[in-house]
Amino acid sequence: MPQETITLEVFRYRPEEDKQSTFQNYDVPYHEHWVVLDAINWIKDNVDGTLSYRWSCRMGVCGSCGMMINGEPKLTCAVFLKDYFPKVIRVEPLVNFPVERDLVIDMDGFMEKLKSVKPWIIRDDTDQMDQEYLQTPSQLAAYKDFSMCINCMLCYSACPVLDGDPEFIGPAALALAHRYNLDSRDKGNEQRQDIMGAEEGVWGCAFVGECTEVCPKNVNPAGAIQQAKIASTKAWYRSVLLPWGKR
Amino acid sequence: MRNPLVRPYPKDWFLRTRAYRLFMLRELTSVCIAGYLVYLIWWLYKFNQVGAEGYEELLSFVRHPVSIGMHTIALIAAVWHSITWFNLTPSVMPMRIGEDKVPDVVISIATGFGPWLVLTGFILWATLG
Ligand code: SF4
Ligand code: FES
Repeated sequence: MPQETITLEVFRYRPEEDKQSTFQNYDVPYHEHWVVLDAINWIKDNVDGTLSYRWSCRMGVCGSCGMMINGEPKLTCAVFLKDYFPKVIRVEPLVNFPVERDLVIDMDGFMEKLKSVKPWIIRDDTDQMDQEYLQTPSQLAAYKDFSMCINCMLCYSACPVLDGDPEFIGPAALALAHRYNLDSRDKGNEQRQDIMGAEEGVWGCAFVGECTEVCPKNVNPAGAIQQAKIASTKAWYRSVLLPWGKR
Repeated sequence: MRNPLVRPYPKDWFLRTRAYRLFMLRELTSVCIAGYLVYLIWWLYKFNQVGAEGYEELLSFVRHPVSIGMHTIALIAAVWHSITWFNLTPSVMPMRIGEDKVPDVVISIATGFGPWLVLTGFILWATLG
């Protein structure tokens, strides 16, 4: 029996010469156990070495292989050809990001947003950094789910709010901020409040909820943002009602 | 050379997945509920004008098939909005006992469906009973 094939319709953009993007079709050998990333690697190795894309771990850990597969944001190392065969698979770079080249997006904006929420443990006793900060299993459980994010940015492609308001900090970064706010060792709540409580912070979210649907790590960023809305409201009331005392 | 291409977001995004469609449906129910509130305010205003004597006439207006149809639509919208909202509560207000998560259904029932049923029962009992 001749080798069965499946067609990949791949987004191409070459910044040096193209004004617009185009699609290029490739026929790829079909194997039941192949994921979309295997097919793209096969194209790169055998047909077209100029095709650019990001990947690394091949096992849903590094978060670098996110692309739009038939219009839905997916980790290409985690979607199988067999789920689409024999139909054509359309492969595009993640939406809501500028395209650098082919399937590679520009993630500078995302990195800035991540940084803006100070996603690290903030302490006021930095002079005693040699001590241990103990945490009980239930204190860990309070934020553990939100710490599983691999920065794959699928949730940013799923978020229609970012289309209207590119300044919106977005699901992953807000979930990460919430993760540190929930961490019993952290004291940075107040420092994050300005950015979290701003229009482009949690209040930008319309609770569409698709970020949670597409997240490969069950982080539930939509839930994190709603919880942060409650926390931000409480903080605001505290600051208004207790302007003099401890906030 | 860097020359990033900015692409438009799909204009039909809200039709693309089931979750998007359900979200839009939930948002649209708010329009029905707002419409009903306008109607209710108008009705109270009228009632205030005509007083007890005109009450029967106002009631016959409410009993008109068009009015009953609109009420039914508003009721379905309100019920749909409430159910989907209560189903989302566990995500918004997760609860833990020590390391263990309180199951989602328990939160939905305790904070949403339970009080909703009790209040609805009470209102039915007070108005019809
Ligand atoms: S929250 Fe989920 S979808 Fe978003 S970047 Fe993190 S792992 Fe990816
Ligand atoms: S290649 Fe690392 S997540 Fe897919």
